[in-house]
Amino acid sequence: MARSQPLGIKPPKPNAPRARYSLRDTLLSYGFLAPALILLTLFTFYPLAYGSYLGFTEYGGARFAQGLAPKWIGLENFRTLAADPLFLTALGNSVKYLVIVPVLQLASLSVAVLVNKNLPGMAFFRAAYYIPVVTSISLAAVMWDWVYNKEGTLNWALGAVRLIPEGSFFGWLNNEQTAFWAVMLVTFWRGFGYYMVLYLAGLQGIPAELEEAAVLDGANSWKRFWSITVPLMKPTILLCSLLSTIAALRVLEEVLVLTNGGPLNSTYTALMYVYSKAFQGFNFDYGLASAAGLVVAVVALLLSVVNFRLFRESDGGES
Amino acid sequence: MSLVVRAPSQTAAPRRRNVKLGRIIVRYVFLIAVLIFAVFPFLWTLAIALTDKTAGGSIYNFPASLFPKAITFHNFADVYRTFSLGKYIWNSVSITGMTIIGTLLVSALAAYPLARFRFPGKGIIFAVIIATLVLPGETTFIVNTLTLKKMGLLGTHLGVVLPTVAAAFGIFLMRQAFLSIPQALLEAARLDGAGELTILTRIMLPLSVPSLAALGIFTLVGTWNAYFWPMLALSGAPDAVPLSVAVLKLKGQFNYDPFNIAAGSIIMMIPVLLVFLAAQKLFMRGMEGAVK
Repeated sequence: MARSQPLGIKPPKPNAPRARYSLRDTLLSYGFLAPALILLTLFTFYPLAYGSYLGFTEYGGARFAQGLAPKWIGLENFRTLAADPLFLTALGNSVKYLVIVPVLQLASLSVAVLVNKNLPGMAFFRAAYYIPVVTSISLAAVMWDWVYNKEGTLNWALGAVRLIPEGSFFGWLNNEQTAFWAVMLVTFWRGFGYYMVLYLAGLQGIPAELEEAAVLDGANSWKRFWSITVPLMKPTILLCSLLSTIAALRVLEEVLVLTNGGPLNSTYTALMYVYSKAFQGFNFDYGLASAAGLVVAVVALLLSVVNFRLFRESDGGES
Repeated sequence: MSLVVRAPSQTAAPRRRNVKLGRIIVRYVFLIAVLIFAVFPFLWTLAIALTDKTAGGSIYNFPASLFPKAITFHNFADVYRTFSLGKYIWNSVSITGMTIIGTLLVSALAAYPLARFRFPGKGIIFAVIIATLVLPGETTFIVNTLTLKKMGLLGTHLGVVLPTVAAAFGIFLMRQAFLSIPQALLEAARLDGAGELTILTRIMLPLSVPSLAALGIFTLVGTWNAYFWPMLALSGAPDAVPLSVAVLKLKGQFNYDPFNIAAGSIIMMIPVLLVFLAAQKLFMRGMEGAVK
């Protein structure tokens, strides 16, 4: 949030006197902007409009193969979705995935506070924590699949400290009780360094005197964290929670590469449903997939609003 | 009087120092625990990649698998040969290279008028570009595959690249760089009769090298690592897929050799890791997150 200014996302100032625009500048400007505007229209705005339209049509399968245009069917796709237990499971799993948001944000903020000290080695820790962020999801899948394997490091480590008896090892991604949380841990692993960096940027803005004054007043670090760091970091926390909420609701890649939605659909998420309906199997259904995508978009929008409300209310409560 | 005051503080000081030292130790213990969590999968994969598999043993042979007795680079050569890794490396280089060039070009061109010209509709275009940051993208990938198919670009590298090059992040990053260049420099060039394209290529771009480098590096890491979109756009062209897609495909093969997969993974990771280590400060500034 504090970074938005250096990147200049502020709109330009309105032109004070209504001087006439020069034709030359106007033509040049649109000439320079043309590639970006054409690409954005074609690959960002058109998909949004056409994808929304497809949600209300029958399109895919035989109809698509014959080259027929999408056929308007109103809310039929949404009725199908509401009656499809797989979609309800998928949507439920995506909402359940939101559990990660508070855990991930609290952990990232805590880690940021820990590495924000002037002690030897902090730059090293920061860089090392960021490595998962620059690791491709496909490599993460290769590595974590071995960790979670029945004979993998997780079972070995837990067995070594006697948390799991030797004979009852299991594959964490093959067990419907654990697969969901195992996938979530990979999201956590890839995310905490990312949010840590955003929080570090925010922490630079907290005046050191405030911290020192609190120390002199005898506030321990736990108290300082909750009564200085958290309140002052509220804008950054809001931004990060928002990013994290939308990312959690849209989780797809982790699921795709680790479990493909299984076992027994325990990790099948809403976007997995969208992807699967549109591209997996022979009966691809762009209409139904787009409708499911629209539902996810609406839920994401509602959650963003809730996120803002929650923060504003807790703001008002304190002041 | 002063003695009375000082006496207790003298006994308290060493205790306070001990408490402080204890806190620092706790802090480091915690930091190291997080460190292990963060880099362990990577280090284990590295260990597997370096293990001499001819000596027998499985990757699940603990703790031997974590600390290979004999180190060899044979797995790297083996995976390169048997999986024709060179082809996939080339695909990754081609897609990443085209994406970087395209992103820099499109972003710089779009940023120039946004930073330097007055023209009708500027405010709207600004709003439109900002809107891309918050628009829902849940169905974008469906429509984009349909569009690319119609254009005959589905299954080509260009098809993977085109939808990703125009983005708000790059445009705003370049606009900010251009805004910081003194107007007098441009005026002088215009008086000398330089055209706008000349000004852009001879003055604006050379003075914006740090921003161009930053944008190039973020694009490089993001594109090299990308999985979902290239997998989807190239699902009909298995020979054109980049490393990120190929590595997983190799792992899905029946009877795969984990030592080779580990070596392949490390080969894919190394360029990104080198770039990251060289440009750490850039990533630690948290610029990416600002507009994601």
